[in-house]
Amino acid sequence: MEIFLWGVLPYVVALVFVGGLIWRHRYDQFGWTTRSSQLYESRILKFASPVFHFALLAVFLGHVVGLMIPKAFTDWVGLDQHMYHMGAFYGGGLAGVALVLGLALLIYRRRTQTAVFRATTWNDKIMYLVLALVVGLGMVATLTGDKTPTGAEHNYRETVSVWFRSLFTFQPNVEAMGAATWQFQTHVVIALLLIAMIPFTRLVHAFSAPLHYLFRPYIVYRSRDGQARHSQTVKGRGWDPIGTKDNEKSRR
Amino acid sequence: MAKQRRVMAQVAMVMNLDKCIGCHTCSVTCKQAWTNRAGTEYVWFNNVETRPGQGYPRTYEDQERWQGGWVRTRSGRLKLRSGGRFKKLLSIFASPVQPGMDDYYEPWTYDYETLTNAPLGDDFPVARPKSLVTGQDMAIGASANWDDALGGVSATEAGDPILKKLREEANQQIKLEYEKSFMFFVPRICEHCLNPSCMASCPSGAIYKRSEDGIVLVDQDKCRGWRQCITGCPYKKIYFNHRTGKAEKCHFCYPRLEVGLPTVCSETCVGRLRYIGIILYDPDQVTKAALADDQDLYEAQLDLMLDPNDPQVVADAKVNGIPADWIAAAQRSPVYALIKHFKVALPLHPEYRTMPMVWYIPPLSPVVDLLSSQGHDAEAGGNLFGAIDALRIPLEYLAELFTAGDVEAVRLVLQKLAAMRSYMRDVTMGRERDEQLAAAVGMTGHAMEQMYRLLAIAKYDDRYVIPKAHREQAHNLEEMACSVNFDEDPSLSAPLGESSGRLVPVAIESFAAVKAKRDAEERDMAGQA
Repeated sequence: MEIFLWGVLPYVVALVFVGGLIWRHRYDQFGWTTRSSQLYESRILKFASPVFHFALLAVFLGHVVGLMIPKAFTDWVGLDQHMYHMGAFYGGGLAGVALVLGLALLIYRRRTQTAVFRATTWNDKIMYLVLALVVGLGMVATLTGDKTPTGAEHNYRETVSVWFRSLFTFQPNVEAMGAATWQFQTHVVIALLLIAMIPFTRLVHAFSAPLHYLFRPYIVYRSRDGQARHSQTVKGRGWDPIGTKDNEKSRR
Repeated sequence: MAKQRRVMAQVAMVMNLDKCIGCHTCSVTCKQAWTNRAGTEYVWFNNVETRPGQGYPRTYEDQERWQGGWVRTRSGRLKLRSGGRFKKLLSIFASPVQPGMDDYYEPWTYDYETLTNAPLGDDFPVARPKSLVTGQDMAIGASANWDDALGGVSATEAGDPILKKLREEANQQIKLEYEKSFMFFVPRICEHCLNPSCMASCPSGAIYKRSEDGIVLVDQDKCRGWRQCITGCPYKKIYFNHRTGKAEKCHFCYPRLEVGLPTVCSETCVGRLRYIGIILYDPDQVTKAALADDQDLYEAQLDLMLDPNDPQVVADAKVNGIPADWIAAAQRSPVYALIKHFKVALPLHPEYRTMPMVWYIPPLSPVVDLLSSQGHDAEAGGNLFGAIDALRIPLEYLAELFTAGDVEAVRLVLQKLAAMRSYMRDVTMGRERDEQLAAAVGMTGHAMEQMYRLLAIAKYDDRYVIPKAHREQAHNLEEMACSVNFDEDPSLSAPLGESSGRLVPVAIESFAAVKAKRDAEERDMAGQA
């Protein structure tokens, strides 16, 4: 079981993730969108969405630091474990609280605003559930994951991070992850599930972050000849047929 | 040696507002052709607005609020009014300024089934309005055209951004008198600007201008639904399809244009008030022109348009790969004639600095109507000239619409139109021609008659001078080409125009069918071989 969870699953998820992104990019350019619901409701969104997204960016950066920078490095520069932990605890905790707040508001909005709720597909609902679980378990792990049930100290930088880095050398350190507390273990498993879901849900819009906007010319000329003759979007994913009413559900 | 001048072709439209009766045929036929799909119920590529009025979406001209178009920075550069690139990216998680459903209207249908399914009772069953967005009962509070023909004027007229501005300058008394005195209609489509701010706002780079004909399109595969274009467009002519999550806009009916047909709105216009033609311009001069002072923007845009009869322009156009038939079309262009030769068409809101390419001949009818209602001979030159000068407010209103407040430019156009009426009345009555009338507005009698022909009796082929997409590129048009044999099928009498044959529009629906047919044919060929 441990070998499957910490030795096999990550690679399966990576395959699904990369393969899914390639598939989506190739066959569903048309469906690749943020599917904004701001047209329906914008008061809550204007506050909740930036809070959620910026907090998410902060949390992501925190993960990069926590997972990628070895403890040996911070020890070497003279940052002791207590200082590091306090920084991660308060910084990460703050970002986490903002993230939970933003997500809660967004889910509240999605449920209570009839127009937004009607535009929510089953795909979205499952995605929200998994996302909320990942975020919630992440908070639980941050707040309570530093003690094992027996009361011993647990430092994720000596378990989860070691395992995570070992994945890239294709020598997964299963024991390291097995030594983590259950909070971290469940957080990681659900997070793996979420990562596998990204290409197939609206979360894919994260990969269209338009950084090239900073560099492109304002006015874009394109020749008619240079166009792809047809959209690569496969049948059934494009526009709804003529006559479909605005409130008719064609996507589940 | 001087740098070679670049020349590009642009499809443009002129609308003669004097002829618009506000029948909305253009809007309806456009909707039936293009926006009868899910998520586009509230989307009107073409709409007709009553002036004075708030427009659609309501008060879209209030750029202090909606932040559309460009502004000039103090250092003399163009900047999007809604902010630079960094600001746009930072505010991408919730578009800060965007019209909501309430600023358009909540689309609805009626619960017609109740009429037939209601159980027998004392009360007559009623079909209630049901929101197409929430599916619930709703009170209808607005539509695409809520203040049509000044319906409910007291409630809606007050919100007209132009009126508000004028009212701050003029006093209330004039406003009341003016309310009674004039009203006209403005049909609006996408302006297919030379300097489009929607395109500049698009984080994904999905909006582009076709280099062949200047039509501005949204690449549906590239659009990621950031909605910045909706903020960017000062005319609010980009809409968000809330079912697909993509931006959609008027595409100048490019599948029709490519085979030489006018747009649906033009084709079906009962007043025949639309003109379509080609204009040649130098793309490298656009930014400079867009930086002119507010009241010089009209002139600056005129200067952008190159004279298609100038041999140097023709030579440059050829070097730039513009086909000969396109140059010929540019020379015959009714749009060029109205805009630059006769100078009777004006751009809509040049102060947005987007260099719009749908121009308008301002209406003389409010003036004429007022004169006749006061018992004057509304067509006599002297009376009309006097009235144009006296009617300060309508002129200022038109100036706010078309010349960034430059009343003189509007006055000159209206005087030309008035002079033409008087001059042509003499011609039809068999009286002596009054060359002085023409000279008073800087024209000749001959030019008067030419302009009259173009405005009053231009036929289909004179109103729409549209060169086809070029033959070398024709393989791209396969899908929409109509394989109609005009010799054998008597029901199909003409290749073009109102009586033309079956057209298969470009559509995702037809794509699968066409592809299946083509594949089957290829299989057959292979089988025979």
